[in-house]
Amino acid sequence: MESSQRRTRYVLKRLFQAIPIVFAIVVLNFFLLQLAEGDAVDVLAGEAGAATPEYMAELREKFGLDKPLVVQLGVYLKNVVMLDLGYSFRHDMPVSELIFDRFFPTLLLMTSTILLAVGFGIVLGLVAASGLNTWRDTVISIFALITYATPLFWVGLMLIVVFSLNLGWFPTSGMENFAMFYEGWDRVLDIAHHLVLPTITLSLFYLALYTRLMRASMLEQAGQDYVTTARAKGVTERRIVFVHVLRNALLPVVTMAGVQVGALIGGSVIVESVFAWPGLGMLAFEALFARDLNLLLGIFLLSAILVVAVNLIVDIIYSTLDPRIEMA
Amino acid sequence: MQFWRLFSRNRSAVMGMFILIAIFLMAISAPLFFPADPFSLAGQSMSPPGANGFLLGSDSLGRDVAAGIAHGAKTSLLIGLLATLVAVFVGVIMGALAGYYGGVIDNLLMRTTEMFQTIPSFLFAILLVAIMKPSIESIVIAIAVVSWPAVARLVRGEFLSLRNREFVQACHTLGMGDVRIMLGEILPNCLSPIIVIGSLMVATAILIESGLAFLGLGDPNIMSWGFQIGAGRTLLRSAWWVCTFPGIAILLTVLAINLVGEGLNDALNPRLRDRS
Repeated sequence: MESSQRRTRYVLKRLFQAIPIVFAIVVLNFFLLQLAEGDAVDVLAGEAGAATPEYMAELREKFGLDKPLVVQLGVYLKNVVMLDLGYSFRHDMPVSELIFDRFFPTLLLMTSTILLAVGFGIVLGLVAASGLNTWRDTVISIFALITYATPLFWVGLMLIVVFSLNLGWFPTSGMENFAMFYEGWDRVLDIAHHLVLPTITLSLFYLALYTRLMRASMLEQAGQDYVTTARAKGVTERRIVFVHVLRNALLPVVTMAGVQVGALIGGSVIVESVFAWPGLGMLAFEALFARDLNLLLGIFLLSAILVVAVNLIVDIIYSTLDPRIEMA
Repeated sequence: MQFWRLFSRNRSAVMGMFILIAIFLMAISAPLFFPADPFSLAGQSMSPPGANGFLLGSDSLGRDVAAGIAHGAKTSLLIGLLATLVAVFVGVIMGALAGYYGGVIDNLLMRTTEMFQTIPSFLFAILLVAIMKPSIESIVIAIAVVSWPAVARLVRGEFLSLRNREFVQACHTLGMGDVRIMLGEILPNCLSPIIVIGSLMVATAILIESGLAFLGLGDPNIMSWGFQIGAGRTLLRSAWWVCTFPGIAILLTVLAINLVGEGLNDALNPRLRDRS
């Protein structure tokens, strides 16, 4: 009872700590919007072809763009709280609706990427650490070093050249084959087939990161006293690695997975635009081309909030996994 | 000389240094070997590597891929170095103030860096360049803006641990001013970690720059590797070489810088070796 109360309090505390960060990001977003040349009225006038200065002034008054900056900021904050992120004139749709439509593909891509990167990273790190300074360790380290230095978009393009164009194993772009009108499991399989190359591309960099981290973490744990104790008790090496060391070495990797979500979103802009994956990243790429700043800022805001949320969740999972974490 | 001994003990770092020197030489000799504008039509379009006098082929507009790579080397190195210099400059000032004075400044800085760690940095860089319009300056600013917090955190930590040491107290007793103590006494003592983080940041900056240029956010007047790949992606089916070679150039450069950075790390601060 007592501990569950403490956990609730910890969660609430972390939640309150997240609020100022989200607030700061919203304010930052507002000022970025101010920095940009021209306002919504300029865009509207541009879309319409021509507008008289009087009409534009009238529009500005209507949208509240003639008010002092502080008032405008207040209005913007209120709008964001009401999930109103403005209007995309290019798509003729509210930004929040557009983002909502594209959210699922990105979530799918990111989830599969995290699973692949963390899963393989843990395995490779484990293999490297258990065969320290053997050829396995060297090969894995070189692999990590190279993937760490490769630009994501280039990897994506090269995978397309080899596996799509030359071997024909995977589709070059998109999320599903609309022309086939797949339904049910066929559709799921079709999407999974399209998902393979983007996931591999996006996960490579993080795979390198988690491999290095896992290797270092395993090595650090291997020198701890409890390992010596286990060995003295006559526990087999295999059992020491898999039961004792592995569990403890996993914790930093889990934390890192949370911290990296922000970078993952940046990477997904590139990967989605390479594979025409219809998610938020692709939307950002389109917004960039159409000079649709409202939309771009909306995506930016949402992804920042997503990072805060994921970090919060990771913290909570972490505190459940490891009771030693200070919850006071 | 002890530095060199420690550095050369790391063989991959020495290899990285040679690659880096080669790329640097390529960058400064580009106008010599490829005097023409890399954007200009140099001959038959879509020539495969080796054909029509193109070492690495040409793209759909007949631009020489090799010339683009040679000229692009300058862009990548320049932007990587400039952005890192700006980021280190800002980061050192902020970190030094926060670590030395503590209190409100420190609090403010830590909250700011926390916010920066939350923001998806590549997306932020995209936004900044899009708002400022693509140019060398805006790209350098954008990369510096997303990179300085890491330096600031590092410098703050160093200043925090050094500010109460005896030699600093001795300076206070001698009546030295704060600025002189910070710049002349404390800063030289934390140069090594700054150099290491700076060298690794150049690599990251080059990757960010190539990503921006790939998305069409490069300076339109300057040849860069990211731009070449972005322009060549529609030709993947018919001319694989347009995308392939600039990518190898990025890979080699970033790899070389990372290796040198690790070598510097080993040579300058053995105690930092297990970090990162």
